Amino acid sequence: MRIRTVALLAGLAVAAAASPATAQVPPVAANGCLMCHGVQGQGANGIPAIMRVQSRAEFTTTMKLFAENKKPGTIMGRIARGYTDEDLAELAAWFGKP
Amino acid sequence: MTAKTPTVSRRRALIGAAGLAVLGAPAIARAQATAGRLVIVGGGFAGATAARASRERFPNVAVTLIEPESSFVTCPYGNLVLAGRDADLSRVTHRYDKLLARGVTKISQNAASIDPVAKTVRTAGGQTVPYDKLIVAPGIDIKWNAIKGYDEAASRVMPHAWKPSLQPVTALSERLKAMPDGGVFILSAPANPFRCPPGPYERASMVAEYLKANKPRSKVLILDAKDGFSKQPLFLAAWKQLYGDMVEWVGSDKEGRVVAVDPAAMTVETEFGKKHKGDVINIVPPQQAARIARESGLTGTGDWAAIDTRTFESKAVRDVFVIGDANAAPPMPKSGFVANSTAIRAATVAGAQMTGAAIPKAIYFNTCYSHVGKDYGISVAGVYRPNEDGSKIDEAPNSGGISAREATPDIRAGEATYADGWYQSITNYMFG
Ligand SMILES: Cc1cc2nc3c(=O)[nH]c(=O)nc-3n(C[C@H](O)[C@H](O)[C@H](O)COP(=O)(O)OP(=O)(O)OC[C@H]3O[C@@H](n4cnc5c(N)ncnc54)[C@H](O)[C@@H]3O)c2cc1C
Ligand code: HEC
Repeated sequence: MRIRTVALLAGLAVAAAASPATAQVPPVAANGCLMCHGVQGQGANGIPAIMRVQSRAEFTTTMKLFAENKKPGTIMGRIARGYTDEDLAELAAWFGKP
Repeated sequence: MTAKTPTVSRRRALIGAAGLAVLGAPAIARAQATAGRLVIVGGGFAGATAARASRERFPNVAVTLIEPESSFVTCPYGNLVLAGRDADLSRVTHRYDKLLARGVTKISQNAASIDPVAKTVRTAGGQTVPYDKLIVAPGIDIKWNAIKGYDEAASRVMPHAWKPSLQPVTALSERLKAMPDGGVFILSAPANPFRCPPGPYERASMVAEYLKANKPRSKVLILDAKDGFSKQPLFLAAWKQLYGDMVEWVGSDKEGRVVAVDPAAMTVETEFGKKHKGDVINIVPPQQAARIARESGLTGTGDWAAIDTRTFESKAVRDVFVIGDANAAPPMPKSGFVANSTAIRAATVAGAQMTGAAIPKAIYFNTCYSHVGKDYGISVAGVYRPNEDGSKIDEAPNSGGISAREATPDIRAGEATYADGWYQSITNYMFG
Protein backbone atom coordinates (compact mmCIF):
# COMPACT_ATOMS: atom_id res chain seq x y z
CA MET A 1 0.00 0.00 0.00
CA ARG A 2 2.70 2.42 1.04
CA ILE A 3 4.80 1.45 -1.90
CA ARG A 4 1.88 2.05 -4.20
CA THR A 5 1.34 5.54 -2.77
CA VAL A 6 4.98 6.32 -3.27
CA ALA A 7 4.80 5.04 -6.84
CA LEU A 8 1.78 7.18 -7.44
CA LEU A 9 3.47 10.25 -6.03
CA ALA A 10 6.58 9.58 -8.06
CA GLY A 11 4.41 9.26 -11.14
CA LEU A 12 2.76 12.57 -10.34
CA ALA A 13 6.12 14.21 -9.88
CA VAL A 14 7.15 13.02 -13.34
CA ALA A 15 3.88 14.24 -14.78
CA ALA A 16 4.25 17.60 -13.04
CA ALA A 17 7.75 18.02 -14.39
CA ALA A 18 6.36 17.76 -17.90
CA SER A 19 4.60 20.78 -19.29
CA PRO A 20 2.05 19.95 -22.04
CA ALA A 21 4.73 20.35 -24.71
CA THR A 22 6.99 17.83 -22.99
CA ALA A 23 4.55 15.11 -22.00
CA GLN A 24 6.76 12.65 -23.90
CA VAL A 25 9.64 12.74 -21.41
CA PRO A 26 10.52 9.19 -20.31
CA PRO A 27 10.60 8.23 -16.63
CA VAL A 28 13.96 8.58 -14.89
CA ALA A 29 14.54 4.81 -14.86
CA ALA A 30 14.30 4.70 -18.68
CA ASN A 31 17.09 7.16 -19.41
CA GLY A 32 19.84 4.53 -19.32
CA CYS A 33 17.83 2.08 -21.42
CA LEU A 34 17.52 4.56 -24.29
CA MET A 35 21.27 4.95 -24.72
CA CYS A 36 21.41 1.29 -25.83
CA HIS A 37 17.93 0.47 -27.10
CA GLY A 38 17.72 3.75 -29.04
CA VAL A 39 16.19 7.10 -28.20
CA GLN A 40 12.73 5.81 -29.16
CA GLY A 41 13.38 2.29 -27.86
CA GLN A 42 13.51 1.24 -31.51
CA GLY A 43 16.57 -1.02 -31.13
CA ALA A 44 20.10 -0.60 -32.51
CA ASN A 45 22.52 -2.98 -34.22
CA GLY A 46 21.19 -6.17 -32.67
CA ILE A 47 20.03 -4.64 -29.39
CA PRO A 48 16.32 -5.47 -29.59
CA ALA A 49 13.48 -2.97 -29.99
CA ILE A 50 11.56 -2.60 -26.71
CA MET A 51 9.10 0.22 -27.38
CA ARG A 52 5.55 -1.16 -27.56
CA VAL A 53 6.80 -4.66 -28.35
CA GLN A 54 5.41 -6.46 -25.30
CA SER A 55 2.36 -5.82 -23.16
CA ARG A 56 3.05 -4.17 -19.80
CA ALA A 57 2.61 -7.49 -18.04
CA GLU A 58 4.89 -9.32 -20.47
CA PHE A 59 7.48 -6.56 -20.20
CA THR A 60 7.49 -6.79 -16.40
CA THR A 61 7.81 -10.57 -16.56
CA THR A 62 10.71 -10.28 -19.01
CA MET A 63 12.56 -7.89 -16.70
CA LYS A 64 11.96 -10.16 -13.70
CA LEU A 65 13.20 -13.20 -15.62
CA PHE A 66 16.36 -11.29 -16.58
CA ALA A 67 16.84 -10.27 -12.94
CA GLU A 68 16.52 -13.87 -11.76
CA ASN A 69 18.89 -15.15 -14.46
CA LYS A 70 16.03 -17.19 -15.90
CA LYS A 71 16.20 -15.51 -19.28
CA PRO A 72 19.54 -15.77 -21.06
CA GLY A 73 21.34 -12.66 -22.19
CA THR A 74 24.67 -10.90 -22.23
CA ILE A 75 23.86 -7.96 -19.98
CA MET A 76 20.19 -7.54 -19.11
CA GLY A 77 20.38 -9.63 -15.94
CA ARG A 78 23.04 -7.33 -14.48
CA ILE A 79 20.94 -4.31 -15.45
CA ALA A 80 17.47 -5.52 -14.42
CA ARG A 81 18.63 -6.31 -10.87
CA GLY A 82 19.36 -2.62 -10.33
CA TYR A 83 15.74 -1.50 -10.51
CA THR A 84 13.01 -1.58 -7.85
CA ASP A 85 9.45 -2.78 -8.40
CA GLU A 86 8.41 0.84 -8.52
CA ASP A 87 10.96 1.53 -11.27
CA LEU A 88 9.83 -1.56 -13.18
CA ALA A 89 6.21 -0.37 -13.06
CA GLU A 90 7.21 2.99 -14.54
CA LEU A 91 9.32 1.26 -17.18
CA ALA A 92 6.46 -1.06 -18.10
CA ALA A 93 4.11 1.92 -18.39
CA TRP A 94 6.55 3.66 -20.70
CA PHE A 95 7.71 0.78 -22.88
CA GLY A 96 4.80 -1.67 -22.68
CA LYS A 97 1.86 -1.83 -25.04
CA PRO A 98 -1.07 -0.06 -23.40
CA MET B 1 13.07 33.51 -11.76
CA THR B 2 12.33 35.36 -15.00
CA ALA B 3 14.92 36.05 -17.66
CA LYS B 4 16.75 39.26 -16.97
CA THR B 5 17.20 41.84 -19.68
CA PRO B 6 20.62 41.51 -21.27
CA THR B 7 23.24 43.34 -19.28
CA VAL B 8 25.10 46.23 -20.80
CA SER B 9 28.22 44.15 -21.17
CA ARG B 10 26.27 41.45 -22.97
CA ARG B 11 24.79 44.00 -25.38
CA ARG B 12 28.22 45.41 -26.02
CA ALA B 13 29.61 41.95 -26.59
CA LEU B 14 26.84 41.13 -29.01
CA ILE B 15 27.62 44.20 -31.05
CA GLY B 16 31.28 43.19 -31.23
CA ALA B 17 32.49 41.16 -34.20
CA ALA B 18 32.60 37.92 -32.23
CA GLY B 19 28.98 38.37 -31.22
CA LEU B 20 27.63 38.99 -34.72
CA ALA B 21 27.65 35.34 -35.69
CA VAL B 22 25.34 34.38 -32.85
CA LEU B 23 23.05 37.40 -32.94
CA GLY B 24 20.25 35.69 -34.82
CA ALA B 25 20.07 32.57 -32.74
CA PRO B 26 19.76 34.07 -29.25
CA ALA B 27 17.01 36.34 -30.52
CA ILE B 28 14.97 33.22 -31.31
CA ALA B 29 15.90 31.52 -28.06
CA ARG B 30 14.91 34.61 -26.10
CA ALA B 31 11.62 34.83 -27.91
CA GLN B 32 10.49 31.40 -26.64
CA ALA B 33 12.46 31.28 -23.45
CA THR B 34 10.90 32.97 -20.51
CA ALA B 35 11.67 30.65 -17.63
CA GLY B 36 15.39 31.24 -17.41
CA ARG B 37 18.80 30.89 -18.98
CA LEU B 38 20.82 27.70 -18.84
CA VAL B 39 24.42 28.08 -19.94
CA ILE B 40 26.52 24.98 -20.58
CA VAL B 41 30.30 25.07 -20.78
CA GLY B 42 31.64 22.20 -22.91
CA GLY B 43 29.81 20.24 -25.61
CA GLY B 44 31.12 16.71 -25.03
CA PHE B 45 29.32 13.67 -23.63
CA ALA B 46 28.09 15.61 -20.61
CA GLY B 47 27.43 19.03 -22.14
CA ALA B 48 25.79 17.88 -25.38
CA THR B 49 23.54 15.53 -23.43
CA ALA B 50 22.56 18.29 -21.00
CA ALA B 51 21.69 20.59 -23.89
CA ARG B 52 19.36 18.08 -25.52
CA ALA B 53 17.84 16.94 -22.23
CA SER B 54 17.03 20.52 -21.28
CA ARG B 55 15.50 21.40 -24.66
CA GLU B 56 13.28 18.31 -24.51
CA ARG B 57 12.11 18.86 -20.97
CA PHE B 58 11.94 22.63 -20.67
CA PRO B 59 11.12 24.32 -23.97
CA ASN B 60 10.93 27.69 -22.28
CA VAL B 61 14.43 27.55 -20.83
CA ALA B 62 17.01 29.18 -23.14
CA VAL B 63 20.07 26.97 -23.64
CA THR B 64 23.43 28.44 -24.60
CA LEU B 65 26.31 26.04 -25.25
CA ILE B 66 29.84 27.43 -25.04
CA GLU B 67 32.17 25.06 -26.90
CA PRO B 68 35.10 26.10 -29.10
CA GLU B 69 35.16 23.12 -31.47
CA SER B 70 32.92 22.98 -34.54
CA SER B 71 32.60 19.20 -34.25
CA PHE B 72 33.05 16.73 -31.41
CA VAL B 73 35.40 13.75 -31.68
CA THR B 74 34.55 10.99 -29.21
CA CYS B 75 37.16 9.01 -27.29
CA PRO B 76 34.93 5.90 -27.44
CA TYR B 77 35.55 3.99 -30.66
CA GLY B 78 38.78 5.90 -31.28
CA ASN B 79 40.74 2.80 -30.29
CA LEU B 80 39.28 0.98 -33.30
CA VAL B 81 41.43 3.18 -35.52
CA LEU B 82 44.48 1.58 -33.89
CA ALA B 83 43.25 -1.88 -34.83
CA GLY B 84 42.94 -0.69 -38.42
CA ARG B 85 39.20 -1.39 -38.32
CA ASP B 86 38.46 2.28 -38.99
CA ALA B 87 40.72 4.06 -41.47
CA ASP B 88 40.08 7.55 -40.14
CA LEU B 89 38.12 9.55 -37.58
CA SER B 90 34.89 9.83 -39.56
CA ARG B 91 32.92 7.42 -37.37
CA VAL B 92 33.90 9.26 -34.19
CA THR B 93 33.36 12.81 -35.48
CA HIS B 94 29.98 14.44 -34.83
CA ARG B 95 28.61 17.81 -35.87
CA TYR B 96 26.52 20.12 -33.69
CA ASP B 97 23.94 21.07 -36.37
CA LYS B 98 21.14 18.89 -35.09
CA LEU B 99 21.64 20.04 -31.52
CA LEU B 100 21.42 23.62 -32.76
CA ALA B 101 18.27 22.75 -34.68
CA ARG B 102 16.74 21.80 -31.33
CA GLY B 103 17.02 25.44 -30.33
CA VAL B 104 20.43 25.45 -28.66
CA THR B 105 22.50 28.59 -29.15
CA LYS B 106 26.20 27.82 -29.58
CA ILE B 107 28.99 30.23 -28.86
CA SER B 108 32.07 28.77 -30.53
CA GLN B 109 34.66 30.01 -28.09
CA ASN B 110 36.37 28.84 -24.96
CA ALA B 111 34.87 29.89 -21.66
CA ALA B 112 37.65 31.87 -20.00
CA SER B 113 36.19 32.63 -16.56
CA ILE B 114 33.08 32.43 -14.42
CA ASP B 115 31.79 35.24 -12.21
CA PRO B 116 29.57 33.48 -9.66
CA VAL B 117 28.39 36.75 -8.11
CA ALA B 118 27.33 38.49 -11.31
CA LYS B 119 26.36 35.04 -12.62
CA THR B 120 28.12 35.42 -15.94
CA VAL B 121 30.58 33.46 -18.03
CA ARG B 122 33.26 35.39 -19.87
CA THR B 123 34.43 33.87 -23.14
CA ALA B 124 37.95 33.97 -24.52
CA GLY B 125 36.66 36.37 -27.18
CA GLY B 126 35.48 38.76 -24.50
CA GLN B 127 31.76 38.04 -24.60
CA THR B 128 29.85 38.10 -21.29
CA VAL B 129 27.14 35.46 -21.10
CA PRO B 130 24.64 35.73 -18.22
CA TYR B 131 23.11 32.63 -16.67
CA ASP B 132 20.47 31.67 -14.15
CA LYS B 133 21.90 28.14 -13.94
CA LEU B 134 25.32 27.09 -15.20
CA ILE B 135 26.42 23.58 -16.13
CA VAL B 136 30.18 23.12 -16.26
CA ALA B 137 31.17 20.11 -18.38
CA PRO B 138 34.69 20.69 -19.71
CA GLY B 139 36.17 17.20 -19.25
CA ILE B 140 39.81 16.70 -18.32
CA ASP B 141 43.21 18.28 -18.62
CA ILE B 142 46.46 16.35 -18.64
CA LYS B 143 48.61 16.82 -15.53
CA TRP B 144 51.82 17.71 -17.26
CA ASN B 145 55.04 16.70 -15.48
CA ALA B 146 53.20 14.50 -12.97
CA ILE B 147 55.34 11.89 -14.71
CA LYS B 148 58.77 13.48 -14.77
CA GLY B 149 59.60 14.80 -18.23
CA TYR B 150 56.13 14.23 -19.62
CA ASP B 151 55.22 17.68 -20.89
CA GLU B 152 53.49 18.86 -24.02
CA ALA B 153 56.68 18.52 -26.09
CA ALA B 154 57.23 14.96 -24.85
CA SER B 155 53.64 14.11 -25.76
CA ARG B 156 54.43 14.80 -29.40
CA VAL B 157 56.98 11.96 -29.27
CA MET B 158 55.09 9.76 -26.82
CA PRO B 159 51.43 10.49 -27.56
CA HIS B 160 48.71 10.28 -24.94
CA ALA B 161 45.84 10.43 -27.45
CA TRP B 162 43.50 10.64 -24.44
CA LYS B 163 41.82 13.94 -25.31
CA PRO B 164 40.92 14.16 -29.00
CA SER B 165 40.73 17.96 -29.19
CA LEU B 166 44.30 18.11 -27.92
CA GLN B 167 45.71 15.03 -29.66
CA PRO B 168 43.66 12.63 -31.78
CA VAL B 169 44.21 8.89 -31.73
CA THR B 170 45.72 9.18 -35.22
CA ALA B 171 48.86 10.63 -33.58
CA LEU B 172 49.31 7.14 -32.15
CA SER B 173 48.10 5.07 -35.11
CA GLU B 174 50.63 6.76 -37.40
CA ARG B 175 53.45 5.67 -35.11
CA LEU B 176 52.02 2.20 -34.78
CA LYS B 177 51.95 1.83 -38.57
CA ALA B 178 55.59 2.92 -38.80
CA MET B 179 56.70 0.50 -36.06
CA PRO B 180 58.91 -2.41 -37.25
CA ASP B 181 57.81 -6.01 -36.79
CA GLY B 182 59.36 -7.24 -33.57
CA GLY B 183 58.99 -3.82 -31.96
CA VAL B 184 57.67 -3.04 -28.50
CA PHE B 185 54.57 -0.94 -27.91
CA ILE B 186 54.58 0.44 -24.37
CA LEU B 187 51.41 1.73 -22.74
CA SER B 188 51.71 3.49 -19.39
CA ALA B 189 48.44 3.41 -17.42
CA PRO B 190 47.70 5.86 -14.58
CA ALA B 191 46.45 5.41 -11.02
CA ASN B 192 42.74 5.92 -10.27
CA PRO B 193 40.72 8.00 -10.82
CA PHE B 194 41.12 8.79 -14.51
CA ARG B 195 39.04 9.02 -17.69
CA CYS B 196 37.69 5.62 -18.74
CA PRO B 197 39.04 2.91 -16.39
CA PRO B 198 38.89 0.11 -19.02
CA GLY B 199 40.16 2.43 -21.80
CA PRO B 200 43.90 1.66 -21.60
CA TYR B 201 43.22 -2.07 -21.74
CA GLU B 202 40.84 -1.80 -24.68
CA ARG B 203 43.53 0.25 -26.37
CA ALA B 204 46.20 -2.39 -25.69
CA SER B 205 43.79 -4.96 -27.15
CA MET B 206 43.22 -3.00 -30.35
CA VAL B 207 46.96 -2.49 -30.75
CA ALA B 208 47.46 -6.25 -30.32
CA GLU B 209 44.77 -6.97 -32.91
CA TYR B 210 46.67 -4.81 -35.41
CA LEU B 211 50.06 -6.26 -34.53
CA LYS B 212 48.90 -9.87 -34.68
CA ALA B 213 47.67 -9.33 -38.24
CA ASN B 214 50.51 -7.12 -39.44
CA LYS B 215 53.60 -7.42 -37.22
CA PRO B 216 53.18 -10.66 -35.30
CA ARG B 217 56.65 -10.70 -33.68
CA SER B 218 55.90 -7.50 -31.78
CA LYS B 219 54.97 -7.01 -28.13
CA VAL B 220 52.55 -4.89 -26.14
CA LEU B 221 53.86 -4.02 -22.68
CA ILE B 222 51.44 -2.37 -20.25
CA LEU B 223 53.18 -0.65 -17.35
CA ASP B 224 50.59 0.19 -14.72
CA ALA B 225 50.48 2.52 -11.71
CA LYS B 226 47.77 0.23 -10.23
CA ASP B 227 47.89 -3.34 -9.02
CA GLY B 228 44.56 -4.16 -10.61
CA PHE B 229 42.26 -2.76 -13.28
CA SER B 230 38.75 -2.70 -14.72
CA LYS B 231 37.44 -6.05 -16.08
CA GLN B 232 40.90 -7.47 -15.31
CA PRO B 233 40.07 -11.21 -15.33
CA LEU B 234 38.20 -10.83 -18.61
CA PHE B 235 40.98 -8.90 -20.32
CA LEU B 236 43.73 -11.23 -19.07
CA ALA B 237 41.90 -14.35 -20.22
CA ALA B 238 41.02 -12.82 -23.59
CA TRP B 239 44.58 -11.63 -24.26
CA LYS B 240 45.91 -15.11 -23.60
CA GLN B 241 43.29 -16.68 -25.83
CA LEU B 242 43.49 -14.18 -28.69
CA TYR B 243 47.10 -12.99 -28.62
CA GLY B 244 49.10 -15.64 -26.75
CA ASP B 245 52.07 -13.96 -25.07
CA MET B 246 51.94 -10.78 -27.11
CA VAL B 247 50.33 -8.67 -24.36
CA GLU B 248 52.08 -8.38 -21.01
CA TRP B 249 50.65 -6.46 -18.05
CA VAL B 250 52.92 -5.33 -15.23
CA GLY B 251 51.12 -3.98 -12.15
CA SER B 252 52.45 -1.48 -9.63
CA ASP B 253 53.35 -4.29 -7.22
CA LYS B 254 55.74 -5.60 -9.91
CA GLU B 255 57.34 -2.19 -10.48
CA GLY B 256 54.92 -1.18 -13.21
CA ARG B 257 54.47 2.44 -12.21
CA VAL B 258 56.13 4.81 -14.67
CA VAL B 259 57.70 7.80 -12.89
CA ALA B 260 59.78 9.41 -15.66
CA VAL B 261 60.09 9.49 -19.44
CA ASP B 262 62.99 10.23 -21.77
CA PRO B 263 61.59 11.06 -25.21
CA ALA B 264 65.04 11.36 -26.84
CA ALA B 265 66.04 7.86 -25.72
CA MET B 266 62.48 6.52 -26.15
CA THR B 267 62.57 5.06 -22.66
CA VAL B 268 60.29 5.14 -19.65
CA GLU B 269 61.52 4.63 -16.12
CA THR B 270 59.58 2.76 -13.43
CA GLU B 271 59.51 3.29 -9.69
CA PHE B 272 62.80 1.64 -8.73
CA GLY B 273 64.84 2.90 -11.65
CA LYS B 274 64.26 0.21 -14.27
CA LYS B 275 64.23 1.58 -17.82
CA HIS B 276 62.10 0.16 -20.63
CA LYS B 277 62.78 1.01 -24.26
CA GLY B 278 59.83 1.18 -26.62
CA ASP B 279 59.40 1.62 -30.35
CA VAL B 280 56.05 3.29 -29.79
CA ILE B 281 55.22 4.71 -26.37
CA ASN B 282 51.71 5.70 -25.33
CA ILE B 283 51.52 7.54 -22.03
CA VAL B 284 48.03 7.66 -20.53
CA PRO B 285 48.98 10.36 -18.05
CA PRO B 286 47.52 11.41 -14.70
CA GLN B 287 44.61 13.80 -15.20
CA GLN B 288 42.61 16.54 -13.51
CA ALA B 289 39.43 18.51 -14.13
CA ALA B 290 39.83 20.88 -17.07
CA ARG B 291 41.16 24.36 -16.38
CA ILE B 292 37.87 26.29 -16.34
CA ALA B 293 36.64 24.08 -13.49
CA ARG B 294 39.89 24.44 -11.54
CA GLU B 295 40.18 28.19 -12.01
CA SER B 296 36.58 28.87 -11.02
CA GLY B 297 36.97 27.51 -7.52
CA LEU B 298 35.02 24.36 -8.31
CA THR B 299 37.80 21.91 -7.43
CA GLY B 300 39.08 23.53 -4.24
CA THR B 301 42.57 22.23 -3.61
CA GLY B 302 41.89 18.88 -5.27
CA ASP B 303 41.89 17.69 -8.86
CA TRP B 304 38.11 17.18 -9.27
CA ALA B 305 34.96 19.15 -8.48
CA ALA B 306 32.96 18.16 -5.39
CA ILE B 307 29.24 17.81 -6.07
CA ASP B 308 26.00 17.02 -4.25
CA THR B 309 25.34 13.50 -5.46
CA ARG B 310 21.57 14.10 -5.58
CA THR B 311 21.72 16.95 -8.07
CA PHE B 312 25.30 17.37 -9.33
CA GLU B 313 25.31 20.94 -8.03
CA SER B 314 28.74 22.17 -7.05
CA LYS B 315 29.43 22.09 -3.34
CA ALA B 316 31.54 25.22 -3.74
CA VAL B 317 29.61 27.58 -6.01
CA ARG B 318 25.86 28.26 -6.03
CA ASP B 319 23.73 27.71 -9.14
CA VAL B 320 26.56 25.79 -10.80
CA PHE B 321 26.43 22.09 -11.72
CA VAL B 322 29.53 20.06 -12.61
CA ILE B 323 29.01 16.95 -14.72
CA GLY B 324 31.17 14.50 -16.64
CA ASP B 325 34.81 13.66 -16.05
CA ALA B 326 35.50 16.98 -14.26
CA ASN B 327 33.73 15.95 -11.05
CA ALA B 328 34.39 13.34 -8.38
CA ALA B 329 31.45 10.91 -8.20
CA PRO B 330 32.82 7.59 -6.97
CA PRO B 331 32.15 4.73 -7.25
CA MET B 332 30.93 5.71 -10.70
CA PRO B 333 33.65 5.67 -13.36
CA LYS B 334 34.58 8.65 -15.50
CA SER B 335 32.78 7.39 -18.57
CA GLY B 336 30.76 8.80 -21.42
CA PHE B 337 27.72 6.90 -20.21
CA VAL B 338 27.98 8.33 -16.68
CA ALA B 339 28.52 11.79 -18.18
CA ASN B 340 25.31 11.27 -20.17
CA SER B 341 23.33 9.91 -17.25
CA THR B 342 24.35 12.63 -14.80
CA ALA B 343 23.88 15.32 -17.48
CA ILE B 344 20.23 14.36 -17.78
CA ARG B 345 20.00 14.69 -14.01
CA ALA B 346 21.64 18.12 -13.90
CA ALA B 347 19.50 19.43 -16.77
CA THR B 348 16.37 18.08 -15.06
CA VAL B 349 17.19 19.68 -11.70
CA ALA B 350 18.33 22.99 -13.22
CA GLY B 351 15.19 23.16 -15.34
CA ALA B 352 12.97 22.30 -12.41
CA GLN B 353 14.60 24.98 -10.28
CA MET B 354 14.01 27.60 -12.99
CA THR B 355 10.46 26.59 -13.88
CA GLY B 356 9.20 25.52 -10.49
CA ALA B 357 8.56 21.96 -11.67
CA ALA B 358 8.91 19.05 -9.24
CA ILE B 359 12.28 17.28 -9.10
CA PRO B 360 11.94 13.55 -9.80
CA LYS B 361 14.01 10.84 -8.10
CA ALA B 362 17.60 10.19 -9.17
CA ILE B 363 19.00 7.06 -10.81
CA TYR B 364 22.41 6.98 -12.48
CA PHE B 365 23.55 4.40 -14.95
CA ASN B 366 26.71 3.13 -16.59
CA THR B 367 27.79 0.59 -19.12
CA CYS B 368 31.27 0.50 -20.64
CA TYR B 369 31.80 -1.92 -23.48
CA SER B 370 35.34 -2.82 -24.52
CA HIS B 371 36.47 -4.41 -27.76
CA VAL B 372 39.16 -6.98 -27.06
CA GLY B 373 39.43 -8.58 -30.49
CA LYS B 374 37.46 -9.45 -33.58
CA ASP B 375 33.95 -10.56 -32.52
CA TYR B 376 35.05 -10.33 -28.90
CA GLY B 377 33.43 -7.73 -26.66
CA ILE B 378 33.08 -7.45 -22.87
CA SER B 379 31.25 -5.02 -20.62
CA VAL B 380 30.82 -3.61 -17.15
CA ALA B 381 27.50 -2.17 -16.00
CA GLY B 382 26.22 -0.37 -12.91
CA VAL B 383 23.00 1.17 -11.57
CA TYR B 384 23.53 3.85 -8.91
CA ARG B 385 21.56 6.08 -6.59
CA PRO B 386 22.58 9.02 -4.39
CA ASN B 387 22.28 8.64 -0.63
CA GLU B 388 19.89 10.77 1.36
CA ASP B 389 22.15 13.70 2.18
CA GLY B 390 23.92 13.85 -1.17
CA SER B 391 27.30 12.90 0.29
CA LYS B 392 27.82 9.66 -1.63
CA ILE B 393 26.59 7.34 -4.33
CA ASP B 394 25.59 3.73 -3.79
CA GLU B 395 25.59 0.99 -6.38
CA ALA B 396 22.31 -0.95 -6.41
CA PRO B 397 22.92 -4.22 -4.53
CA ASN B 398 23.35 -7.49 -6.46
CA SER B 399 23.33 -5.66 -9.77
CA GLY B 400 25.86 -4.53 -12.33
CA GLY B 401 29.36 -5.94 -12.63
CA ILE B 402 31.33 -7.45 -15.47
CA SER B 403 30.44 -9.96 -18.21
CA ALA B 404 30.44 -13.65 -17.30
CA ARG B 405 33.96 -15.08 -16.98
CA GLU B 406 32.97 -18.27 -18.74
CA ALA B 407 31.09 -17.52 -21.91
CA THR B 408 30.57 -19.05 -25.33
CA PRO B 409 32.02 -17.28 -28.38
CA ASP B 410 28.57 -16.12 -29.44
CA ILE B 411 28.14 -14.23 -26.15
CA ARG B 412 31.44 -12.39 -26.73
CA ALA B 413 30.50 -11.78 -30.36
CA GLY B 414 27.10 -10.54 -29.23
CA GLU B 415 28.66 -8.00 -26.89
CA ALA B 416 30.92 -6.72 -29.67
CA THR B 417 27.82 -6.18 -31.84
CA TYR B 418 25.82 -4.59 -29.03
CA ALA B 419 28.73 -2.24 -28.31
CA ASP B 420 28.23 -0.78 -31.78
CA GLY B 421 24.52 -0.45 -30.99
CA TRP B 422 25.36 1.44 -27.79
CA TYR B 423 27.70 3.79 -29.65
CA GLN B 424 25.06 4.52 -32.29
CA SER B 425 22.33 5.13 -29.72
CA ILE B 426 24.22 7.40 -27.35
CA THR B 427 25.80 9.51 -30.09
CA ASN B 428 22.39 9.70 -31.76
CA TYR B 429 20.97 11.04 -28.50
CA MET B 430 23.65 13.73 -28.30
CA PHE B 431 24.10 14.69 -31.92
CA GLY B 432 21.27 13.07 -33.91
C1 LIG C 1 40.34 5.73 -25.30
C2 LIG C 1 39.05 6.02 -24.59
C3 LIG C 1 37.97 5.18 -24.72
C4 LIG C 1 36.78 5.45 -24.08
N1 LIG C 1 35.74 4.59 -24.23
C5 LIG C 1 34.58 4.80 -23.58
C6 LIG C 1 33.48 3.91 -23.73
O1 LIG C 1 33.55 2.92 -24.48
N2 LIG C 1 32.34 4.17 -23.06
C7 LIG C 1 32.22 5.26 -22.26
O2 LIG C 1 31.14 5.46 -21.68
N3 LIG C 1 33.25 6.14 -22.09
C8 LIG C 1 34.41 5.94 -22.73
N4 LIG C 1 35.46 6.83 -22.58
C9 LIG C 1 35.32 7.94 -21.61
C10 LIG C 1 34.63 9.17 -22.22
O3 LIG C 1 35.29 9.59 -23.38
C11 LIG C 1 34.61 10.30 -21.21
O4 LIG C 1 34.21 9.83 -19.96
C12 LIG C 1 33.68 11.42 -21.67
O5 LIG C 1 34.18 12.00 -22.85
C13 LIG C 1 33.48 12.48 -20.59
O6 LIG C 1 32.60 13.45 -21.04
P1 LIG C 1 32.81 14.99 -20.67
O7 LIG C 1 31.66 15.71 -21.30
O8 LIG C 1 33.08 15.15 -19.24
O9 LIG C 1 34.17 15.41 -21.41
P2 LIG C 1 34.44 15.51 -22.97
O10 LIG C 1 33.63 14.52 -23.69
O11 LIG C 1 35.91 15.50 -23.14
O12 LIG C 1 33.88 16.95 -23.38
C14 LIG C 1 34.42 18.12 -22.85
C15 LIG C 1 34.15 19.25 -23.84
O13 LIG C 1 34.39 20.51 -23.19
C16 LIG C 1 35.05 21.37 -24.07
N5 LIG C 1 35.76 22.36 -23.24
C17 LIG C 1 36.82 22.17 -22.43
N6 LIG C 1 37.17 23.32 -21.82
C18 LIG C 1 36.30 24.26 -22.26
C19 LIG C 1 36.15 25.66 -22.00
N7 LIG C 1 36.98 26.31 -21.18
N8 LIG C 1 35.15 26.31 -22.63
C20 LIG C 1 34.31 25.64 -23.47
N9 LIG C 1 34.41 24.34 -23.76
C21 LIG C 1 35.40 23.66 -23.15
C22 LIG C 1 35.94 20.47 -24.88
O14 LIG C 1 36.27 21.07 -26.13
C23 LIG C 1 35.08 19.22 -25.05
O15 LIG C 1 34.30 19.27 -26.22
C24 LIG C 1 36.66 6.59 -23.25
C25 LIG C 1 37.75 7.44 -23.11
C26 LIG C 1 38.93 7.18 -23.77
C27 LIG C 1 40.08 8.11 -23.61
C1 HEC D 1 24.20 -1.62 -22.34
C2 HEC D 1 23.12 -1.74 -23.26
C3 HEC D 1 21.73 -1.94 -22.69
C4 HEC D 1 21.08 -1.18 -21.76
C5 HEC D 1 21.61 0.07 -21.05
C6 HEC D 1 19.77 -1.74 -21.59
N1 HEC D 1 19.64 -2.84 -22.40
FE1 HEC D 1 17.96 -4.03 -22.55
N2 HEC D 1 18.96 -5.27 -23.80
C7 HEC D 1 20.26 -5.13 -24.19
C8 HEC D 1 20.68 -6.32 -24.88
C9 HEC D 1 22.06 -6.55 -25.45
C10 HEC D 1 19.56 -7.19 -24.91
C11 HEC D 1 19.52 -8.63 -25.41
C12 HEC D 1 19.60 -9.55 -24.21
C13 HEC D 1 21.02 -9.55 -23.58
O1 HEC D 1 21.99 -9.80 -24.29
O2 HEC D 1 21.13 -9.31 -22.34
C14 HEC D 1 18.49 -6.48 -24.23
C15 HEC D 1 17.20 -7.01 -24.06
C16 HEC D 1 16.17 -6.34 -23.45
C17 HEC D 1 14.80 -6.79 -23.38
C18 HEC D 1 14.23 -8.05 -24.01
C19 HEC D 1 13.73 -7.73 -25.38
C20 HEC D 1 13.26 -8.94 -26.11
O3 HEC D 1 12.45 -8.77 -27.01
O4 HEC D 1 13.72 -10.05 -25.79
C21 HEC D 1 14.11 -5.88 -22.66
C22 HEC D 1 12.62 -5.91 -22.34
C23 HEC D 1 15.05 -4.84 -22.28
N3 HEC D 1 16.27 -5.15 -22.78
C24 HEC D 1 14.70 -3.74 -21.52
C25 HEC D 1 15.63 -2.81 -21.06
C26 HEC D 1 15.31 -1.78 -20.11
C27 HEC D 1 13.93 -1.50 -19.55
C28 HEC D 1 16.46 -1.10 -19.87
C29 HEC D 1 16.70 0.05 -18.91
C30 HEC D 1 16.35 -0.21 -17.54
C31 HEC D 1 17.49 -1.70 -20.69
N4 HEC D 1 16.96 -2.74 -21.37
C32 HEC D 1 18.82 -1.25 -20.72
C33 HEC D 1 21.09 -4.03 -23.97
C34 HEC D 1 20.81 -3.01 -23.08
